[in-house]
Amino acid sequence: MAKLRRTMLYVPGNNAGMVKDAHIYRSDSVMFDLEDSVSIDEKDSARFLVYKALTTLDYGEIETVVRINSIESGFGKEDIKAMVRAKPNVIRLPKTEKAEDIYEVESLIEKEEKNEGYSIGTIKLMAAIESPLGVLNALSIATSSKRLIGIAIGAEDYVTCLKTSRSEDGIELLFARSQLVNAARAAGIYALDTVYSDLSNEEGFIKEIKLIKQLGFDGKSVINPRQIEPVHRIFTPTEDEITFAKKVIEGIKTAKSNKSGVIAVEGKMVDKPIVERAERILELAKSSGVLEAGKESEND
Amino acid sequence: MTENKLGRIIPEKISHIGDLLPFDGAYAHTPLVKKEKGNRRLPKLNKLVDSIEKVIVETNLKNGMTISFHHHFRNGDKVLPMVMNVIAEMGIRDLTIAASSLTEAHQCLVDHIKTGVVKRLITSGIRGELAEEISNGLTDIPVVIHSHGGRARCIETGQIKIDVAFLGVPSSDVYGNANGYTGKSACGSLGYAMVDAAFAEKVVLITDNIVEYPNIPFSIHQDQVDFIVIVDSIGDPEGITTGATRITNNPKDLLLAQLVSEVVVNSGYFENGFSIQTGSGGASVATIRFLRKYMEDRNIKASWALGGISGPMVKLHEDGFIGKLLDVQSFDSEAIRSIGENRYHLEIDASYYANPLNKGCAVNKLNIVILSALEIDTNFNVNVITGSDGIIRGASGGHSDTAIGSGLSIIVAPLIRGRTATVTDSVKTIITPGSTIDVLVTERGIAVNPRREEIKEKLKQSGLPVYSIEELKLKAEKIVGKSEPIIFKDRIVGLVEYRDGTIIDVIKQVSN
Amino acid sequence: MKIIKTGIAGTLESSDVMITVRSNSGKGIKINLQSTVKKQFGKQIIKVTNNLLKELSVEDALIQINDIGALDCTIEARLAAALYRGAEQSEYDWEKI
Repeated sequence: MAKLRRTMLYVPGNNAGMVKDAHIYRSDSVMFDLEDSVSIDEKDSARFLVYKALTTLDYGEIETVVRINSIESGFGKEDIKAMVRAKPNVIRLPKTEKAEDIYEVESLIEKEEKNEGYSIGTIKLMAAIESPLGVLNALSIATSSKRLIGIAIGAEDYVTCLKTSRSEDGIELLFARSQLVNAARAAGIYALDTVYSDLSNEEGFIKEIKLIKQLGFDGKSVINPRQIEPVHRIFTPTEDEITFAKKVIEGIKTAKSNKSGVIAVEGKMVDKPIVERAERILELAKSSGVLEAGKESEND
Repeated sequence: MTENKLGRIIPEKISHIGDLLPFDGAYAHTPLVKKEKGNRRLPKLNKLVDSIEKVIVETNLKNGMTISFHHHFRNGDKVLPMVMNVIAEMGIRDLTIAASSLTEAHQCLVDHIKTGVVKRLITSGIRGELAEEISNGLTDIPVVIHSHGGRARCIETGQIKIDVAFLGVPSSDVYGNANGYTGKSACGSLGYAMVDAAFAEKVVLITDNIVEYPNIPFSIHQDQVDFIVIVDSIGDPEGITTGATRITNNPKDLLLAQLVSEVVVNSGYFENGFSIQTGSGGASVATIRFLRKYMEDRNIKASWALGGISGPMVKLHEDGFIGKLLDVQSFDSEAIRSIGENRYHLEIDASYYANPLNKGCAVNKLNIVILSALEIDTNFNVNVITGSDGIIRGASGGHSDTAIGSGLSIIVAPLIRGRTATVTDSVKTIITPGSTIDVLVTERGIAVNPRREEIKEKLKQSGLPVYSIEELKLKAEKIVGKSEPIIFKDRIVGLVEYRDGTIIDVIKQVSN
Repeated sequence: MKIIKTGIAGTLESSDVMITVRSNSGKGIKINLQSTVKKQFGKQIIKVTNNLLKELSVEDALIQINDIGALDCTIEARLAAALYRGAEQSEYDWEKI
C-alpha cells in the first residue's frame, strides 16, 4: 500500500505534554519541531526532550519526522547528530534553497549513520522550500537525493519575500504550489502543502484543502489536532469515485480477456491515464481504510 | 353528646367511624391562618423572617440535629457558608449535614468540624481542602457518600431524617413558591432541593429575589415551606455555571468525544427515538456536538435526554434533534435559560431521576449514558471519588444510578493523565460496580466489558481500536511505569453507600 | 561532569518537570524532590535521576526537582539539559543520555 501523507501534525519540540501525546490524534505523520517553535535559549532542551521521547516512547505505526534547525543557524549539526541516533523515519530540513543544502545535510546524516552502524539511507529526508529562490530551484532540490521522500512549501516566509501576504483564495501561492507539485511529480516524490493558521476559520480551511488537493498535493501540514479530520475526509475518495474506479478496472480486465482494444465506462472512453487514475483512487481508498484490500473488483 | 362552638350537638363517637372532635372556632386548629388575611391594607400574609439568626431560633434547631443543603449553586454557593456561620455563632453543636453535594464553596466546614459545630457529613461528593482534611482523618464519624438516587431514597424512606432544610432559591414569593430559573442567582433546575422540601421537618427558603405572588412556575411550593429569609446574595453567578462543566477546546477531550460518538453510532443503540445522558466532564459534554453530525447524516433523532443538562443538549433540543429534556441539574447558563423558556425542557426531582426504590425512576428508561472516571479497574469497577494519591476529590453523583439504569453505559477517560494511569488492577474506591459498565473509551484504545460480546463485535467491525481492558492497562503501565501502592491507615474515614443502601466500599485515612 | 553554575531546564506545565542544578563542590549529591505524584512515583524519579547522574559522572550537585507528572524520559531530558547548562558544556555525549 502507498504510504499516506495527508496530514503531518506539528508538535512543538519543547512541549513535554504534546510530545508525549503526539500520535494519539491519528495523523499520518507527526513532526517534532526543533526550529521555529523553539526559542534560541531552549534549543538544547528541546533537542534532549525529542531525543529521549523518540528513543523511549512507542509511536506505533505513525511516521515520525523531526524538523531540525538549518546548518547556518549553528544548531543544525548537533540536531543531526542527536536525531540520527534517535532514528525518526524522516528528518525535515527547513529553508532549503538549493540542491547543495541537501548535499550538506545528507553527508552529515551519512556520517552519523556510519557511526551508528545503520545501513546508509536509513533516515529519509524531506525538504521545506520557503523562499523564491527555493521555489525556482524546486526541481533540482527534488532530485538532489535518493533519501528525499518529499518537498513541502512553507508559505509564510515565502509570501513575505514576494512582498505580499497570504489571501483567502491563495492566488499569491499559485505559482509556488504548482511549481512544487510539478517538481515533486517529476522526481517521483511527495508534495506537501503549507499550514493554515487561522484555526477559527473552518470554512477557509476546507476551501484550502480542496484547492491543494485539486492542484495535486498529497497532503498538508497541520498545526492543531482539530485540523486532521477535515483533511482526511477530503482526501479520502468518495463512494462514487470508488465505484467508478472499480468499473474502470473491471472494464479493462474484460477488454483484455476479449482481446478488444478500446472500452468505455459510463459513456466515457477509458484510456491509459484514466486507468492509472482509477488505480490510484483504489490505492488511496485502501490506505484510508474505506476499501478492504482485495476488494478492488466487484466480482472478486 | 357535646355542644360545639356554634352550639350544634355533636356525638362523641360513632361506630365504624370513631371519635369525633367538635368544631372549636375557625382559627383554633389552623395556627398558620391569620385573621387579617386577604385585607390588602394590612401587611400581606407572609412567611418572611428578618434574619438567618431569627429563622434558626424559629425552627428550634438544637444540638445534634440534621440539617440539609443543596448544591445547585455549585462553586458559587453562598447559602451554606452564610447559614453555618450564624449557627456557629449561636453555639449550636454536633450537627449532621446532609447535603446533596459539597463543592469548593464549602471549605468553611473544615473549621466548623474542628470546633465541633458539625459532627457528621452525608453527601454525594467532597472537594478541595475539606476533602483532603477528611482523607486525613478530620471527622470522628466516617463521611457517608451516596449517589443522587441513593440520597432521594434515604430521604423518602426516612433513613436520613432532615430536621431543617436550608434551601437557597433564586426566586420566591412571600408565601414560598420558588423556582430556580429567574433572578440574578439563577441556577436552573432545583431537582435535588425538591426532595428536601418535600420531606424535611422544617423548610427554610433563603432568597435574594422576592417576586410577586404567585411565583409561577414553582418547583418548591408554598405548602412545603415554613419560613423565608431575604438576603443580599445567595450565589455567585460565575461559580454557579463554571463549577461543573465547560465547553472544551482541549484537543484530547475533543478526540475522546469523537471516539465516544463513533462508539455510540456503531453500538447498535443509535436508532431513531433513542435516549441519552452525558456527564459533566469536558469530553462527555462535547460528545453531544459530535453526535449531532451523525444524527444529521443519518436522519436520526433522540426522543429525550436526561440528567445534568448542558448547553450542547439545549442546542440539539432547540434545533429539533432531541425531543424532550428531563433536567435534575442545569449545568450552564444555556441550560438555565432553556429550562425557563422551553415547554419540553422539564424540571424533575432527584427521586424521579434515580431513586431505585420508587415506582419508576427515569434512569431505568435510559438507553445510553456517557460517564467519566478517575480510575477503572480490569473488572470495570469505577472510582470517581478518590484520586490516584488516595485522597477524596470527587463525587458519586448519578454515576452508579445511570450506569445500571441504562442499556449502554460508556466510560470516557484519558488512559493517562500526566503520569497517572486510569486503568489499574484495582481501583482505590468502588463507586460503580463493573457489572453495570459496558464500554471504556480512552485516547489510546477502547475496551468492552466481556459480558457485552455483541457490542464488542460491532465496534470491531466498524474499525474502532478495540482492545481488552488488560491490554489497555499494560499500555498505560508501559508509558508511565508501575506506580508504588498508596499506603492507607486502618481507620475508615468514608463509607460509600451503593444506591440501594448497601455499603459497596470504604475509604480509609491516607498515610503521610 | 562538574557543575560550576546554576542550570535550569523544563517548565511547570502538566506532564513536565522543572529541574535546577547547583554546584556543591566536594559535598556529593543532594536531591530535593517535589512532585504531584510523589507517593506513586517518588522512588522511581529519584532512581532515574541517580542513574543519569552516574552515567554523566556528576559527583557533586544540589538538585531541585519540581515534577508535574513528567514521564521518566522527560525527567531524563530535563535533567540532562540542566546538567549540561550547569556544567557549561556543549559537547553532548548522546550515548549516555
